[in-house]
Amino acid sequence: MSPLLTGAIFVTLACYALAMAMTVLRLLHGPSAQDRVLALDLLYVLGMLVVLVLGIRYSSQMYFEAALLIALFGFVGSAALAKFLLRGEVIE
Amino acid sequence: MNALPLWVELIVALLLLASGTLALIGALGLLRLKTFFQRMHAPAVTTSLCIWCVAVAAIVYFSARDGRLELQAWLIMILLAVTAPITTSLLARAALFRQRPAKGTAADDDNARQ
Repeated sequence: MSPLLTGAIFVTLACYALAMAMTVLRLLHGPSAQDRVLALDLLYVLGMLVVLVLGIRYSSQMYFEAALLIALFGFVGSAALAKFLLRGEVIE
Repeated sequence: MNALPLWVELIVALLLLASGTLALIGALGLLRLKTFFQRMHAPAVTTSLCIWCVAVAAIVYFSARDGRLELQAWLIMILLAVTAPITTSLLARAALFRQRPAKGTAADDDNARQ
């Protein structure tokens, strides 16, 4: 791993951390429930991005499967929450 | 592990930096935009272009490292491309449903439109 790539990965992870902090602010601030669900969905995507970039950093393919699982569960959770906001129950 | 060529590292680094910038833009939009329906647009930057940058960077990096085509990261692009619109449309429908006027009066309709 060259200093160029290490530095780029460090800057990228810092950007993701800042983006996650802003998303958490929106998650805490609200104002409506759908805003919080949207923020949680973006938080899942950013977490997945962090795992993918760490996979490049440590040069390992194992991180990729974890990222895939995070993406899948993030979708399931967001869809269930949106369905709950829409209908009042998840499975009818 | 042998060192990668410089142009591969340059491509990977540029793609990663672009994805970091795009993630910041998306999160800033989510934080700063005024109404919920404006805010819905901001995460789409992250779930489309940002993911694509990271996935292409992973493909380039692992392909150059192993000396053969490693296309697993496509799966994440495809998964996000399929699931993100579903989540967005469900959330938009839920928001429209929750912001409807409680009673059918004209004053309530005007309030909801503002």
